Amino acid sequence: MQTLLERNVVLLSIVTLITAAIGGLVQLVPLYTMESTIEKVDGMRPYSPLELAGRNIYVREGCYLCHSQMIRPFRDEVERYGHYSLAAESMYDHPFQWGSKRTGPDLARVGGKYSNDWHVAHLINPREVVPESIMPGYPFLAGRELSTKTIAADMQTLRVVGTPYTDDQIKNAEADMLAQANPNADGAEDTEARYPKAVIGNFDGDVSVLTEMDALVAYLQMMGTLVDTTSYKTNSDGR
Amino acid sequence: MDLMTITELARSAWVVWLTLIFASILFWAFRPKNKKRWEDDAMMIFKNDKGDKGGHAHG
Amino acid sequence: MSSASLASSAASDTPTYYDDLIKKFVIAAAFWGLAGFLAGDLIAWQLAFPVLNLDLEWTTFGRLRPLHTSAVIFAFGGNILIGSSLYVVQRTCRASLFGGAGLGNFIFWGYQLFIVLAATGYLLGITQGKEYAEPEWYVDLWLTVIWVLYLVQFGGTIVKRSEPHIYVANWFFLAFIITVAMLHLGNNATVPTLFFGGEFTKSYIVWAGVQDAMTQWWYGHNAVGFFLTAGFLGMMYYFVPKQAERPVYSYRLSVIHFWALTFLYIWAGPHHLHYTALPDWVQTLGMTFSVMLWMPSWGGMINGVMTLSGAWHKLRTDPVLRFMVASVGFYGMSTFEGPLMSVKAVNSLSHYTDWTVGHVHAGALGWNALISFGVMYFLVPVLWNRERLYSLRLVNTHFWVSTIGIVLYIASMWVSGIMQGLMWRTYDSLGFLQYSFIETVEAMHPYYIIRATGGLLFIIGAVIMIYNLWRTARGDIRDEAPIGLDTQSAAAE
Repeated sequence: MQTLLERNVVLLSIVTLITAAIGGLVQLVPLYTMESTIEKVDGMRPYSPLELAGRNIYVREGCYLCHSQMIRPFRDEVERYGHYSLAAESMYDHPFQWGSKRTGPDLARVGGKYSNDWHVAHLINPREVVPESIMPGYPFLAGRELSTKTIAADMQTLRVVGTPYTDDQIKNAEADMLAQANPNADGAEDTEARYPKAVIGNFDGDVSVLTEMDALVAYLQMMGTLVDTTSYKTNSDGR
Repeated sequence: MDLMTITELARSAWVVWLTLIFASILFWAFRPKNKKRWEDDAMMIFKNDKGDKGGHAHG
Repeated sequence: MSSASLASSAASDTPTYYDDLIKKFVIAAAFWGLAGFLAGDLIAWQLAFPVLNLDLEWTTFGRLRPLHTSAVIFAFGGNILIGSSLYVVQRTCRASLFGGAGLGNFIFWGYQLFIVLAATGYLLGITQGKEYAEPEWYVDLWLTVIWVLYLVQFGGTIVKRSEPHIYVANWFFLAFIITVAMLHLGNNATVPTLFFGGEFTKSYIVWAGVQDAMTQWWYGHNAVGFFLTAGFLGMMYYFVPKQAERPVYSYRLSVIHFWALTFLYIWAGPHHLHYTALPDWVQTLGMTFSVMLWMPSWGGMINGVMTLSGAWHKLRTDPVLRFMVASVGFYGMSTFEGPLMSVKAVNSLSHYTDWTVGHVHAGALGWNALISFGVMYFLVPVLWNRERLYSLRLVNTHFWVSTIGIVLYIASMWVSGIMQGLMWRTYDSLGFLQYSFIETVEAMHPYYIIRATGGLLFIIGAVIMIYNLWRTARGDIRDEAPIGLDTQSAAAE
């Protein structure tokens, strides 16, 4: 058997592949089949079109390389950032953005902690509001118009990979995107009905143009706000 | 038997089968019968190596 | 005997080796290595002085960081891995490359195209947003094609070998090629938006949330395990014995090393997700296997270092060998640190801090880069058919400059990482958190400068190497006193 392995490259390859595959299979497959992996919670919904566009900008700019979105269940982290993160809270995240490094603070529950104005000023020049910050400035986001054309395609793709967007939501994608950034728009109420708890507001202070800044701030303002963690009880089976 | 049970089973028995596989590899490697062969295999990279020695040595 | 039959018997003894192809890979590795080191040091300075981000979208840390990691891992590491594996497989099989120079050149240029497509994408903000797997779907597909061809060329050469035994270095290279293919396909399963009229360059990964996290670190950890470890161990098992001119310390240990490493490594991924929303049973499994992984890692290290047993004096006179042995030493150090950091109690402090960054660079600079430099110093005189390197003294200078750079890097990241981890969890006497987050950022400043300085030294070393290799390829020999001559002649007496 052993001699055979050393002399037969195809067999050696197959045995190597099996050896290397076992660990991954044991760890990955149950995560999809065991119901206890993701908690049952109230309040989770797919991202609104504007939030989704903002999240795509978050991914594009590589924010995850310096900011985590995963609060660990330690006293200091819970006091600093809020209730520890639940698996359910990232169930619609393609890809996940938990991150691996905190060059900047965790953002899992940053939603609602700062005003829209603060976020805009901070993104344009971080050192204007936090003098010691080492974050890059993103002034170009404020001046760039947000493309609304492809958002429906994004949502349709996400539906293929399991996000439960309805036909109604996809049909109104562009309208919802515009309405969420304009509190005076006609469709704002419908948008809120389609996406409960969506923060509707004039994010960057200019209603005339929908910018990438609007989208990113809309995303930041919803982060960690959907699930009411005060009503969530830890079960004995883990988290 | 569903996947849940299989996972439980695999998890509780992994020490056993891991040890078994590892023991057989050890047996194979340290079998006296194989000693000579390993030594030959280790030397094979020096056969016919004209012109591809390290740069520091005689050329 | 006619001259014709003489020629044919000589030809069957030593088949034609496609060394021009290997030359290209060596040159590409030197080029991308320097580019990747420069990108890395630039972003290191950006963390010390944020004005260097220039407020332009193409030059922010977030876009340059994937450029750095991909350039050093896949461009520098990938080129030296593919190049040296194709060199080794020809020699150890005594066979010329399957598919010949045509297939080899296609793989070479195809791989460079992959690098350029990935890199330009990062600068333009085209990314999947998964660490070390940032290239978008079309780049992933192209890499898959190239990788399959690489497997065909490498495996095909083994099939047509004239040696009965497959040398152990080839086992490691084979495990590297096969496992990386498996990881690549699993972690990059995406649906492009263009099917629905969306942008060409955008796709969504099919995995979500906690499952995506586990898939990502199954991939991410084993990119370290099979790209940066198994592949480079293949290099170690050929080039260290060749440079030391003695067989590997224990061939049977190398066999155990191979199977233990291949089996254990893949389980360790969850240690990147300790205390997260990943179920506890997976975390525990990941921690257990990470600790066990310490055994085969040190088995391999001992095997590499002890190859010199009885020939330690060579270290004094041969700086190329010194590069290789030091790299194995760094491998031993970082594979001790790794299991330590995967213990949950330690990880609760080290995770999210610079300690992780320091650990990665102990492995990447100390192990991967140093052994690559050693292999390049070995290969250039052989491939360009030169008597010896241009200057061994410059090799020695390179060795010390880069080693000091690595020590500065690792030490500063240990201090800043542990300090920041402790500051985050410090309470004052009234029971409040003592430090705001930004105070912990401020405290990092001096260490970021030390780290970037260490990186600069590493770059200077690489420039010295490229100069030395270039002069070697040209056929120049520097007029200099041999290294360690005094001690050598003393020992001879």
